[in-house]
Amino acid sequence: MLSVNTTLLNAERRPAKPQISERKSVSQGSHEISQQTQWMLAVRDSRDRDAFVKLFDFFAPRLKGFIMRTGTSSHQAEEIVQDVMLTVWRKAAQFDPHRAQVSAWVYQIARNRQIDLARKENRPLPEELKEDPGQEQDASQILGVEQETAKLRLALKTLNPDQREIIEQAYLGELTHHEISAKTGIPLGTIKSRIRLGLARLRHELKDLTQ
Amino acid sequence: MSAVTHHVPDAMLAAYAAGRLPKAFAAVIAAHISLCEDCRAALGAHHAVGGAILEETSKVDVSAALKSDVLELLDSPFTPEPVYERKGVYPGPVMELLKGREPKWKTLGMGVRQDILFGDAEGSVRLLFIPPGQAVPDHSHNGLELTLVLQGSFSDETGVFGVGDLEVADEHLEHTPIAGDGAPCICLAATDAPLRFRAFVPRLMQPLFRI
Repeated sequence: MLSVNTTLLNAERRPAKPQISERKSVSQGSHEISQQTQWMLAVRDSRDRDAFVKLFDFFAPRLKGFIMRTGTSSHQAEEIVQDVMLTVWRKAAQFDPHRAQVSAWVYQIARNRQIDLARKENRPLPEELKEDPGQEQDASQILGVEQETAKLRLALKTLNPDQREIIEQAYLGELTHHEISAKTGIPLGTIKSRIRLGLARLRHELKDLTQ
Repeated sequence: MSAVTHHVPDAMLAAYAAGRLPKAFAAVIAAHISLCEDCRAALGAHHAVGGAILEETSKVDVSAALKSDVLELLDSPFTPEPVYERKGVYPGPVMELLKGREPKWKTLGMGVRQDILFGDAEGSVRLLFIPPGQAVPDHSHNGLELTLVLQGSFSDETGVFGVGDLEVADEHLEHTPIAGDGAPCICLAATDAPLRFRAFVPRLMQPLFRI
């Protein structure tokens, strides 16, 4: 796993401010690593409980809302949220901000957990990437991933409600791949170009890792 | 690794990210991603879309007990799930299906062998061993078939498939894969319906071979 460049993080860490919004996006010209990523790195590298509480406060209610959208009861949703948040703590070492934003990583954990519970089976996951232990944390790459994700979010906002609904259904696991390919022919243009850009960026990063 | 030229179609990767593929197919996709940087990056982009939707989902308050339970459990011991490492030509997800053992090959005739790794109502996944130059009987499918090359190569009417390449075949494709020269071709293949062989294995014998 990557060694932490604490100097960089401390220099970049924003001082506590009165909270206007929970989510500080790095999108609009800001050059700071998002709060969520900083919290997650503090959990990963320093087992920082305060940072974990902040992640919990941000993600737990969203996860519960997200899981309940697929018809899961409040009680069962909370059980899944508990599993997901414990996994965030226990598997923090697998979080790599060069490749994923915290929300993308949490989404993946939540979907896997929901599926394994619903189907009572463990599905094989792809191998974890083995990273060069000498690799330094690269702030510009982390910011790049965050900025790309911010653009993706903007592209999602430009969808009309029907299109947005299809995308949400797809990523909530409510559409088969046939339905996705049949339905998303219409609105996916901007999303796809964003996915491609993100893909290119990630691919370059992966190539660097494996050289 | 970078020589992979046949990838996962985007709609299928989105369905995989959302956990919507049956286990047999999900296992093949997980194995392909273990061998393919492009698809790993594309999967990362799909997770980013899922993460963006998660972040924007309406929050539902979680109970106070959930938070205190999670915080209490942070220090409790837990048993990590076993991690199956790649072994020889078999990537981690295949080793997981094999539960760490060697393949147990069963002869199908003409030097072709198989080991059925998993099957349920939605599909089955098996390893196939095809001697160099040997044709796999001309067959079409009732449904979807995914074939991932792990060793050697095969070619059919649609192209040449080398290590890491994924062939996606549906009921419209009637093909005769022939193993390339050199090393025997070892594939991971998932189907959601019995293969319909035109020759070689009489239809009546299919239940016997579970093909």
